[in-house]
Amino acid sequence: MRVEALFLLFLGAFFGIVGLVYWFWSYEDGGSMMLLGVTLLGFLPGLYYFFWHQRFHGRKYFFWGKIPAVGDRPSDREDAEMAEGAGNIDSFPGSSIWPFVMGMGAFLTVLALIFGVWLIFLGVPLILTALTGVTAESRRGGQV
Amino acid sequence: MTDVIAPPGTHEPAEVHLPPEAPGNGHEPHGGHEDHGPTGILKWLTSTDHKVIGLSYMITAVAIFYLSGIMALFMRLQLASPHSSLLTFSQFNALFTMHGALMLYLFAGPFAFGGLANYIVPLQVGAPDMAYPRLNALSYWLYLSGSITMLMGFFVAGGAAQFGWVAYAPLSSATSSPGAGPDLFLMGIALTGFSAIFTAVNLCGTIFYLRAPGMTMFRMPIFTWNMLVTGILILIAFPVLTAAVVMLFCDRHFNTHIYTAAGCHLVNGLPMRSCGSPLLWQNLFWFFGHPEVYILALPFFGIVTEILPVFSKKPVFGYKGMVFATMAIAALSTGVWAHHMFTTGAVLLPFFSFLSLLIAVPTGIKFFNWIGTMWHGQLTFTTPMLFSVGFLFAFLMGGVTGIMLASPPIDFATHDTYFVVAHFHQVLFGTAVFAGFAGLYYWYPKMFGRMLRESLGKWHFWLMFIGFWVTFMPQYVVGLLGMPRRVASYPSNLGWQSYNIVSTVGAFIIAISFAFLLVNFVVSWRKPIPAGDNPWDGHTLEWFTTSPPPHHNYTHLPPIRSERPTWDANHPDALTVPHGKGAHSNGKANGKVTASV
Repeated sequence: MRVEALFLLFLGAFFGIVGLVYWFWSYEDGGSMMLLGVTLLGFLPGLYYFFWHQRFHGRKYFFWGKIPAVGDRPSDREDAEMAEGAGNIDSFPGSSIWPFVMGMGAFLTVLALIFGVWLIFLGVPLILTALTGVTAESRRGGQV
Repeated sequence: MTDVIAPPGTHEPAEVHLPPEAPGNGHEPHGGHEDHGPTGILKWLTSTDHKVIGLSYMITAVAIFYLSGIMALFMRLQLASPHSSLLTFSQFNALFTMHGALMLYLFAGPFAFGGLANYIVPLQVGAPDMAYPRLNALSYWLYLSGSITMLMGFFVAGGAAQFGWVAYAPLSSATSSPGAGPDLFLMGIALTGFSAIFTAVNLCGTIFYLRAPGMTMFRMPIFTWNMLVTGILILIAFPVLTAAVVMLFCDRHFNTHIYTAAGCHLVNGLPMRSCGSPLLWQNLFWFFGHPEVYILALPFFGIVTEILPVFSKKPVFGYKGMVFATMAIAALSTGVWAHHMFTTGAVLLPFFSFLSLLIAVPTGIKFFNWIGTMWHGQLTFTTPMLFSVGFLFAFLMGGVTGIMLASPPIDFATHDTYFVVAHFHQVLFGTAVFAGFAGLYYWYPKMFGRMLRESLGKWHFWLMFIGFWVTFMPQYVVGLLGMPRRVASYPSNLGWQSYNIVSTVGAFIIAISFAFLLVNFVVSWRKPIPAGDNPWDGHTLEWFTTSPPPHHNYTHLPPIRSERPTWDANHPDALTVPHGKGAHSNGKANGKVTASV
């Protein structure tokens, strides 16, 4: 997690500095706001990874309490063995129709903005059906 | 059913499995992902396997590439004579708009981060799939529907959008560009924008969370590193574009005046602060548009960095330098958006010029390292290697003229001329096409378990290489002579025609070269030459599994002790440079270590 955190925090710090220089040199609103956005894009996930890196090493992070040190993840250690990754990685759906249904719903909804509101009555139900289907699929752990 | 995946190799932790066949001797291609789940058309509609989705992306993107290339040929035919009547002005405008949009929004990016990255990144980090498989599938369907939406513009009254791929306000307003074609263009961008954002989230999630044990960040292949940085760039750039496009749509239909100055008045002699502005569109668009150049370039840098070491029989030279150079390029590229707006007179010239020039430094480091990788290597000029070397020449030329354009005085003189057209075609053709084909020829055996023909590949390369220079070098000259871009006719007494004829001939040479690729596909399909698992003696993890890989990619993995785990496993007697303490723990020999087996 350390490298991930540093990578993102560097991003935030770099654009923070660039944004400040740009603002005080140009007083231009649009570009300065976008640079501020990129600064936050770096700092928010960067601090999240830094938080977990600290906790993995049993260090207190601001007002969050300590947890027992578990050390770096096997994917963060150069001497890790394959066996250390034992256990389930995650659940991966074998196949699912719902992304296709949702994509077609989005397609029809977008076309409704151009060709007529009536297409919304086709697009939005497809999106809602797909959202329901994908949620049920996740809860049941299989195809629905 | 949902599959719960245990890490590869956990059942036999102490045992290391070498690939069943020695590199190059091959065996019959066998169905990898075909043997799981639905088959036929249902497989393509419902699959959440990153390999199937990656192939879907690549097939769609290559089809769009050919379609867009045909548009380019029509434009070149039109410009071969000064007053050609092959196309009307509005047809020409629609063609250059759609050619640019299809190439940039629907081919180069999706081919790289939707296609190749989708297929290759999980394999390279030892993951069973992308982190969010259903989101991955949704990304593809949004990309496909966005592509169809954009192309539908050709079939509605008024035709496709004609305001250029940049859609500058106020030319893109409802008054200047009425009709459904521009709306379809904008909504097509919005759909593909969401698709790109979802793919970027997936790539970052996969790289951060699904790496195999021992695959530390600084052991990841450079291609994967570049895709991570590209993913971050997408997350910076595409939300801005998507939001900007939605606001433009609101301007067109809901009277919002975000990009127009209508209704504004002066306060103390200055425009009111909340006033709409056409320049806001340019700021927002180029805040996307310049990172987009590197979103299109960095994946292809990664491809070349994979290929050069393999066909030089050496590790990549300056691994960390490559990684930091990639980060530096990405960071700087986000701070230079307004160098496309020098001639507006409303941007901070020294700031944007300095940062633009600074990009040459990390790019130079990359070139140095690519040359260093080949230096004293045992070079074999296979088709992927030829395309990679071709990329070096092409991109260098585009990069050098880019440094020229970063200087405001030169930019003022050449803005919106064919000099700029030649520059960005050399950059983008050099990366997306040369390096893209390098990647296609390199990973095709992994994807399909069969080889492409080397002889046809070399014909493809040499014709394309010649056509590339014949097409674009005259455009620099005619640009310096003053020929503006985006014109369908030009005066016959300015000496521009001969350059345009040469350029048109070059474009047709390129088109002929692409026919060799199609023939190569057909020959490879009808008379397959089995590839084996590792036909190139590749270094990275994807070459450890079968060709094509099975569902969820691996049954077992080798120990990962360097950034070349497959090479380590296949060359147990070779000495490798140690990488970190894990390497030192596996047998030592005079400060160097043997690959761990």
